[in-house]
Amino acid sequence: MIEFILNNQLVKAEQASGSTVLDYIRYYKRLVGTKIGCREGDCGACTILVGDFEKGKLIYRSMTSCLMPLGNAHGKHILSVEGINSDQLSPVQQTLVDTDGTQCGFCTIGFVMSLTGYVLNDTAKNYDDAIAAIDGNICRCTGYKSIERAVAILSEKMNDKPEQETVQWLVDKEFIPDYFLEITSRLKSLREKINKEADTIKPIVQKLVLGGGTDLIVQKALSVKKSDVVHVFDAGHLQEIKLVSGQCHIGAAVTVTAFAESKLIQGFFPELKKYIKLISSTPIRNMATMAGNLVNASPIGDMSIFFLALDSDILLNKDGATRAIKLKDFYKGYKHIDKAADEIIEAIVFTPPQNNNFNFEKVSKRTHLDIASVNSACLLIQSGDGKIEDVHISAGGVAPFPKYLKETTSFLRGKRIDAEVLKEAITIMNTEIAPISDARGTADYKRLLLRQLFLAHFKNEITSVKKLIGI
Amino acid sequence: MQKSSTIKDNSPETAEDVAGQIGNIDAAGHVTGESIYVDDIPVMEGMLFVKVFDSPVAHGKIKRIDFSEAEQMEGVVKIFSYKDIPGENQIGGIIQDEPLLADDEVHFRGQPILLIVAENEEAAEEAFEKIKIEIDPLPIITDPRIAFEQGKLLSASRKFVVGDINDAFKNCKYIFEGQAESGGQEQLYLETQGAYAYPTEHDSVKIFSSTQGPTQVQRTVARVLGVGMNKVEVDVPRLGGGFGGKEDQASAWGAYAAMVAWILKRPAKAIPHRMEDMRMTGKRNPYSSDFKIGLDEELKIVAYEATFYQNGGAAADLSPAILERTLFHATNSYFVPNVKVTAHSCKTNLPPNTAFRGFGGPQGMFVIESAIDHAAKDLKISADIIQRKNMMDNGDELPYGQVVKECQSKSCWDEVMELYEVESTKKEIEKFNQQNDFLKKGLSLMPICFGISFTNTMMNQARALVHVYSDGTVGISTGAVEMGQGVNSKMLQVAAICFGLSPEKIKLETTNTTRVANTSPSAASSTADLNGKALQDACNQIKKRLFDFIKTDLTGDEDADIELKNEVVYINDEASIFNWKNLIQQAFMKRINLSAKGHYATPIINFDKTIEKGHPFAYHVYGTALTMVTVDCLRGTYEIDAVKVVHDFGSSMNQAVDLGQCEGGIVQGIGWMTMEEIIYNEEGKLLSNALSTYKIPDIYSVPKILDVKFLNTDGNDLAILKSKAVGEPPLMYGIGAYFAIRNAVLAFNPTSTIAYHAPITPEKVLMGLYTHDEQ
Repeated sequence: MIEFILNNQLVKAEQASGSTVLDYIRYYKRLVGTKIGCREGDCGACTILVGDFEKGKLIYRSMTSCLMPLGNAHGKHILSVEGINSDQLSPVQQTLVDTDGTQCGFCTIGFVMSLTGYVLNDTAKNYDDAIAAIDGNICRCTGYKSIERAVAILSEKMNDKPEQETVQWLVDKEFIPDYFLEITSRLKSLREKINKEADTIKPIVQKLVLGGGTDLIVQKALSVKKSDVVHVFDAGHLQEIKLVSGQCHIGAAVTVTAFAESKLIQGFFPELKKYIKLISSTPIRNMATMAGNLVNASPIGDMSIFFLALDSDILLNKDGATRAIKLKDFYKGYKHIDKAADEIIEAIVFTPPQNNNFNFEKVSKRTHLDIASVNSACLLIQSGDGKIEDVHISAGGVAPFPKYLKETTSFLRGKRIDAEVLKEAITIMNTEIAPISDARGTADYKRLLLRQLFLAHFKNEITSVKKLIGI
Repeated sequence: MQKSSTIKDNSPETAEDVAGQIGNIDAAGHVTGESIYVDDIPVMEGMLFVKVFDSPVAHGKIKRIDFSEAEQMEGVVKIFSYKDIPGENQIGGIIQDEPLLADDEVHFRGQPILLIVAENEEAAEEAFEKIKIEIDPLPIITDPRIAFEQGKLLSASRKFVVGDINDAFKNCKYIFEGQAESGGQEQLYLETQGAYAYPTEHDSVKIFSSTQGPTQVQRTVARVLGVGMNKVEVDVPRLGGGFGGKEDQASAWGAYAAMVAWILKRPAKAIPHRMEDMRMTGKRNPYSSDFKIGLDEELKIVAYEATFYQNGGAAADLSPAILERTLFHATNSYFVPNVKVTAHSCKTNLPPNTAFRGFGGPQGMFVIESAIDHAAKDLKISADIIQRKNMMDNGDELPYGQVVKECQSKSCWDEVMELYEVESTKKEIEKFNQQNDFLKKGLSLMPICFGISFTNTMMNQARALVHVYSDGTVGISTGAVEMGQGVNSKMLQVAAICFGLSPEKIKLETTNTTRVANTSPSAASSTADLNGKALQDACNQIKKRLFDFIKTDLTGDEDADIELKNEVVYINDEASIFNWKNLIQQAFMKRINLSAKGHYATPIINFDKTIEKGHPFAYHVYGTALTMVTVDCLRGTYEIDAVKVVHDFGSSMNQAVDLGQCEGGIVQGIGWMTMEEIIYNEEGKLLSNALSTYKIPDIYSVPKILDVKFLNTDGNDLAILKSKAVGEPPLMYGIGAYFAIRNAVLAFNPTSTIAYHAPITPEKVLMGLYTHDEQ
């Protein structure tokens, strides 16, 4: 039995835990404000807000309900547009009306929910944050300019939001109805009740382990729905980010958002915000887990590429016994990984980079909310005299799996960078990749693009790069 | 004060007042989720789900198909094939060449073959997997030029000729030839196609359809069922986007739901998932074209010749009409004395391509802009010199015989040059490009001239039904379908100012074929003009009856000057004791008819296809866009820095709606020219088959600055309240993005071999940056 608070109502859902929240709210609860645009998390028309405790505080995250398994709603506050409607339009709604931010209206609810999430969010206040909140919402009437005008007004309003008693303030300003004042306590009692009833963790043999659902439900929604699902999205022991004897441990169920918001991680990657902006969208990052991205084994998985260049290890657990394996050895072939069916990833472990010597590059047809044509990451460790002490480079979209450029990096180790060395490295690189032509580009393009991204890693050696290109 | 008993003209100022009050009347419903789309209509018990089983190959003969196992699965009610169609297995609109369900041959991958009808969606999905089909493959053609070579045409080729092209080329100082390609574009209405139907009495059926053409759905369903149109009621609440994709192609989905409901006597819903919609439905026609342009010493275009190979897909659909509009806009905003443009609608093994905002116009304009750009590059001058020199003006005769009137081409262009300081901007860009190695900026100017009217003269008619209820509230039905273009708001404005009535008292009804019959689809940018004029007619009829009633029964003064303002009856410029409400009550008591049916048929227009001459358009819409971009020459990515436009809205009746249409059209046009890439492989399989592989603009890819200046003009009497049509024309400003990006590529690599091939994706940019002309 899945229990949660849906808008202002406590519900018990008997539907399959692997079925989607979207179908539940639209077809069982007839909350039809939430729309179906694509069922693959790429349009945001079905965006809802999910309230859950983070460090004891109720935090709302936007998620695409089309990919959210119902089981992941257990013990949470699920908010659809009907849950923020009241006699008056909320300031989010009113502002969109005032700026003519709606045309056909089909995407509008997604924008309303994402922007309400922004308003509820404690940290986001400025205009860029507000725009980032709707980075997963597509408007095909392409009325983005009027939506931008709405966002400008809203972010202005947020300047008055107090640090304390924000819920009361939001209720007073009619951003949310007053039942929100009781939600924290209602949710706490629900959680207490659920915790008492909680089963001991079941063995996972023959069961489907499901994280955020952002890949499995896109690929095979029906089969997930029919599976006996073990939901690990909320497994506390898999959600930690910690430093253990100089090694950074990222729990398997850490979401991309949690990774991006971690102060510890931000300290290691000064440009993290820039990289993360290139990876999917806010609602998807709120759902997608680290391990999910790795086991998916997509040749262009952004986080796989990220961690490969950190020369990460992954910890695999089977019946309580843990083994470690290099991520670069984890990938064996197309969608083929070194993992037994009853093993699950526990954590990703890497040595934190020093001195801003890490870089992540990604080019896709659309810069944001798109899958890479080619992506690449590089960790470059140079000695004082410019010699490459160590280097790790990964490349996506150029092989059947996320590729660690073994030959290229071993050639580069010990070298000093100049145009000739870069040229030879590129020649070697071209021998160890085998891109194919597909919807994300022709093989020739991917080859050229990887060369360019490889050169982008050496942005500090611009003279050599220019010489190589011939400008 | 001159006394007159005629109804006063509605002044545009009043319309703007109403607009100020209402903005977009649907907005509140949109932001609360209370607006109703087809899938939101509460369904009746026993509803069946309809899932289409479609062809897994692009061309072949069906050797064997076995769905016996699938049909016996739990939850599956019936599987329909073409044999179960009670009437005609035919849905072709212009040409009868498209079956509803494939019979013995399939002509494109994604062609519907069977309808799986089940108690729930899951059962239908599982049944799909159990259907066995064997198809003997036939040769697959995806390239329109190959289709043309093999004589595979969907309709007769068309040719517009003016002057003597051969003679003219002989006298040209410069002649340039080349090829231009523009890609397809998925409409990607955020609400997929779909219909919900249930049986009604007397062997009839009612269909809720997400369609731009309710009558087209009605006609198609009647034909498929073999019944009269009077037995088919189509109701359209609203659309979550159409963009042309639901002008013709909604009909099949309406027919699926209706046929199942009609035969099985149960409600039925046919709504495809996104990927089904994308692989089964047609898109904007891709074009491959040859051009030849000749200029004299003064850079006047003396002669222009072009051949367009339109990729029509496997059936005609609307392609013949789209082809015609390509010819109408082949010379864009330019006056060219000698023109020969030829267009072929080529039959390929792709889903039948169809309408998309612009309807062939953008495809035609892209070619002449490419030709001008090609000439400019070879002559080492800026393209805008040629563009401005050849801009059309009043009195010029277009290749199809219409003489240009009230032309705003030069005024828009000149205003752009001055307002947006184009010359100094060009210098700044040049300087920037000298100072930056890996960042290059590019600029372009894109004028547009777009004809308003359906080019099929017959379609330029509309009707409206107005009821004034006895309590003074008003209900309006027209043939217009609201799909985000704001036509509901505009209709409400028309009625509000006609009756001098508060917008709250007026309700826009759904679009329904039993209330307004024989409608033209909401398309060709003409919806507000046609339906608004019909609505004016209906309102004026009622108003006249009311005024006559006032004069004869209330004042006894036959010459009284009567007005309705702010719900008060003014007699001879003075407020009378009658307000709207009691006027209506009294009129009703006196048995005055408070309902009216209005009708409108656009005057003047005509076109004779036998000589390809006439006056097909009520008027033209003009404008010019300046586009500026920055290209990252290391990564091949780009950003649109600014699009700055001067656009001829006439006298806009609703600036909020019109600005939204303009901004949206521009961004959609940029999408077509930049990131939106339809990719089929050689087997005719759509590779860009989902939102993950087909990318449309997101909030980060819109121009950072988008300025739209409303050019103040008198408008045109054939435009509703002199407010010019705005749906399609702005899309073509997006073409400017292609040339701006191309110019930036050439700034980095002057010997680039980059072709006139849109969309200019990051791939084409990067390849263009790093490939060199060997010469």
